[in-house]
Amino acid sequence: MFRLNNVRCRDIIRVEELCIEEGETTFVVGESGGGKTTFLKLLNHLVDYEEGTITYQDQDLHSLDAVLLRREVILMPQVPVIFPGTVRHNLLIGLEFSKKELVDDSRLLEELAKVGLQKSLVADAEELSGGEQQRLALSRVMLMEPKVLLLDEPTSALDEETEEKITAYISNHLLNSSITLVMVTHSKKLAREMGKKMVTINNGVVTAVEEVA
Amino acid sequence: MDEIIQIGPWRLLLAYVFVVLLLVLVRWQGIGKEKEIIISTFRMTLQLLVMGYVLVYIFGQSSFYVTLLVFTVMLFFAIRNIFARVKVTVNKRLRTVIVVSMIAGTVMTTFYFLLLVINIQPWYDPRYFIPIAGMIIGNSMTGVSLGVERLVGEMKGKKQLIEGALMLGATPKDATITVIKDVFTSAIMPTINSMVGMGIIFLPGMMTGQILAGMSPLIAIEYQIAIMLGILGSVSITLFLFTHFGYLTFFNSRSQLDIKDQRNSKEQ
Repeated sequence: MFRLNNVRCRDIIRVEELCIEEGETTFVVGESGGGKTTFLKLLNHLVDYEEGTITYQDQDLHSLDAVLLRREVILMPQVPVIFPGTVRHNLLIGLEFSKKELVDDSRLLEELAKVGLQKSLVADAEELSGGEQQRLALSRVMLMEPKVLLLDEPTSALDEETEEKITAYISNHLLNSSITLVMVTHSKKLAREMGKKMVTINNGVVTAVEEVA
Repeated sequence: MDEIIQIGPWRLLLAYVFVVLLLVLVRWQGIGKEKEIIISTFRMTLQLLVMGYVLVYIFGQSSFYVTLLVFTVMLFFAIRNIFARVKVTVNKRLRTVIVVSMIAGTVMTTFYFLLLVINIQPWYDPRYFIPIAGMIIGNSMTGVSLGVERLVGEMKGKKQLIEGALMLGATPKDATITVIKDVFTSAIMPTINSMVGMGIIFLPGMMTGQILAGMSPLIAIEYQIAIMLGILGSVSITLFLFTHFGYLTFFNSRSQLDIKDQRNSKEQ
């Protein structure tokens, strides 16, 4: 699905060779500040690269419309982005941005239930706790039915209970789906337990690619 | 209508008593702004005197070259003033947007207003063309100056939301639509507010001048209403162009947010 060859991006990241296959789960580990987030941003073309090639479904990333690419390769940042407004507005905004068909309230509630979030759709999204906002953001991207989901440390800075809920969601709903998942995590243990491939990035260089299952 | 009262140079000198009074007050209070007050008073007097003689000369010429030259010079200084006064750093692309918006907005409105609303004959009559163009350009300049600062500030302040929207497949326009609306509204509000207060809270300068010069208040009001609508039109068009093209200067051709060369502070 993704092929990276001799990619260099602003001296932040270098990737000699890496393949991410369709439907595969890849975990990205490494020290903080080592370029893991930039690596995810490269894949959905939020940042540009000066050297090398990245292909997505055998097409050069530079030849693709970046906006259309981001409608199927969706990145969920480490700190959830919450737009001013209700829970409903925040759930639907992804579909609106990506010009996809909107869904009804029952579908929204169903998606919230999957991440264990019991909130009214008219609640003020900015009033939710950090963990609730993280789950809301996860529900939002799942409603968009991504082909590739890029998760940037979705459980960092969360309490243990919320971390368990999100990990359970990933394990139950994402690992066995057709979604290609690339997830940055600080937990090598989690990566070994759940992933098929583990990529280690240190000082901006992909230093190891291990098949773990 | 009564004859116009001529102030004359000696009675005009009496008005400078207020400056002397102010100088005494700031000296007494130790505020220490004497130099600025003297320079400002001197500059105001000199600039207006020079402008008076320039206008007398220009009004004596009946040539569209002269009128268009003055119009171009006013527009040039207005644009230069925007760059000099805004307290933010803007890139070359945003500078181009400012120039194009100012030229397009003010040229369109000035010609529409003079040719269709006032219907001046000949079209380049400097007595009408220059003061009206000056008001239109000046107000557009103020609107765009406010808009530039607000746009850079909002793009920086809402960077996370904008990037978050891009991550969800938004186009740059969709990702910044709230910023665009906010910038437009905040920059047009002073013009709208001045319309609301007009005639109740204050009498506008142009109208006051016309009344003092002996014109019937009803005719002066007709002009004032027309010019306010012209100013509103010009500020709206200029700001519309500025906001709808300005936001694009914060993105590159790959729809990536690129704001590193536009800052909230002035480049030293």
